[in-house]
Amino acid sequence: MKETVFGAVRISEHVWWVGAADWNVRNFHGYLTDRGSSYNAFLIVDEKVTLIDAVKAPFTKEMLDRVASVIDPEKIDYIVSNHSEPDHSGGLPEVIAAVKPEKVFASVIGAKTLAAYYGELNVTPVKTGDTISIGSGNLAFVDTKMLHWPDSMVTYYDADKLLFSQDAFGMHLAGSMMWADEYDKSLLEYEARKYFANIINLQAPKVLALLDSLPGLGLDIQMVLPDHGPMWRTQEDIAWILSLYRDFAEQKPRPRALVAYATMWHSTGILATAFAEGVRSAGVEVHLADLAENDRSSIMTHVAYSGLIAFGAPTMNNQMFPAMADTLCYVKGLKPQNKLGFAFGSCGWSGEGAKQISAELEAMGVEQPEKFIQVKYMPTADELTAIRDCGKRLAEQLLEKCK
Amino acid sequence: MKKYVCNICGYVYDPEVGDPANGIAAGTPFEELPDDWCCPDCGVGKDDFAPEE
Repeated sequence: MKETVFGAVRISEHVWWVGAADWNVRNFHGYLTDRGSSYNAFLIVDEKVTLIDAVKAPFTKEMLDRVASVIDPEKIDYIVSNHSEPDHSGGLPEVIAAVKPEKVFASVIGAKTLAAYYGELNVTPVKTGDTISIGSGNLAFVDTKMLHWPDSMVTYYDADKLLFSQDAFGMHLAGSMMWADEYDKSLLEYEARKYFANIINLQAPKVLALLDSLPGLGLDIQMVLPDHGPMWRTQEDIAWILSLYRDFAEQKPRPRALVAYATMWHSTGILATAFAEGVRSAGVEVHLADLAENDRSSIMTHVAYSGLIAFGAPTMNNQMFPAMADTLCYVKGLKPQNKLGFAFGSCGWSGEGAKQISAELEAMGVEQPEKFIQVKYMPTADELTAIRDCGKRLAEQLLEKCK
Repeated sequence: MKKYVCNICGYVYDPEVGDPANGIAAGTPFEELPDDWCCPDCGVGKDDFAPEE
């Protein structure tokens, strides 16, 4: 142990947090992280000193400094990489070179992925059911393939009853406080929802299967330690985040609407406002978002939370306005389920935009009880009334669907 | 009939089981899967599959 600028935070008898907060990251591969993020890494000081996960490359020295505040980093015997994405593995090559661990463990696919990223690191592959003794306790591994990468796994440490859950149950939220019970719950719910919607939503059926299989694993879990954001240390909080995940994954329709639009000369913007007014008049909460001012990850968060999703765009060069194509491409990949949808738009001469949006919604399996509305140049009073009434009817159908 | 393994995520296509969730009946050989069929786990196409060794 030595005096270092960056200290470790003790979280249980054998385990210290040695990660890093990334306060100012705002663009996390296109995800707007408006509260920053963090990369949680963990040091287990048992007979075999073990590092669980690493950090994004620029934070490697900070992590090693935190380790050094507890133990000489060269005493690290084992490293476990639960997930090969560079925000957790970027620091691995430098750590391995500095520490020369006896063994590095990852899932079977993780071993291949790490080699593809960094060259041969002599990773020992492990799979569900494998355990390794590290002294007073064992590490047990559970494959969580496609949650959210093919290589993903989680690790359980039985001595301190901790689940290192990798990206699952995490969120992008930088903070100096370590624990979920030190944060406002509505903030945690929002950031967990945004994280799930933008990272995990397409694998929702696998999340439900995993949640169903958890009790059968017979693990006594006292803390859940994700790789991003605050950690969960009370039974109440663990039950809360598990139930939130079930809720997110089930994607039951909610009496809430999103109207997302792009606009050039504000015609589509006026249509969007009129549609939203119709939704509101039926007593359904509605959120209006201009794509020029709202990034796609924020739009996706609303998509996940809304039973009715309406998209509107002008036609430009015979195509839907490009910002809408970007948003729909992103939303489609995340496979939202159980949605009512609606497409609209304005044009000068050839109006392909609304039709193209409608086709994209169709391809996503979004139910569209109303035909798309396309207007020319500036919507007339009658057209505005028509789209407002359409919003009202769809909101009423949504309320029926939510019963 | 031969099983095929996804090179990306390790999913095994077993022709005796098919992929009923995606409309592929039991008994469909890998070679007869539609061109646009993709791995039900990770989403890659047929080109990323290899016969199980």
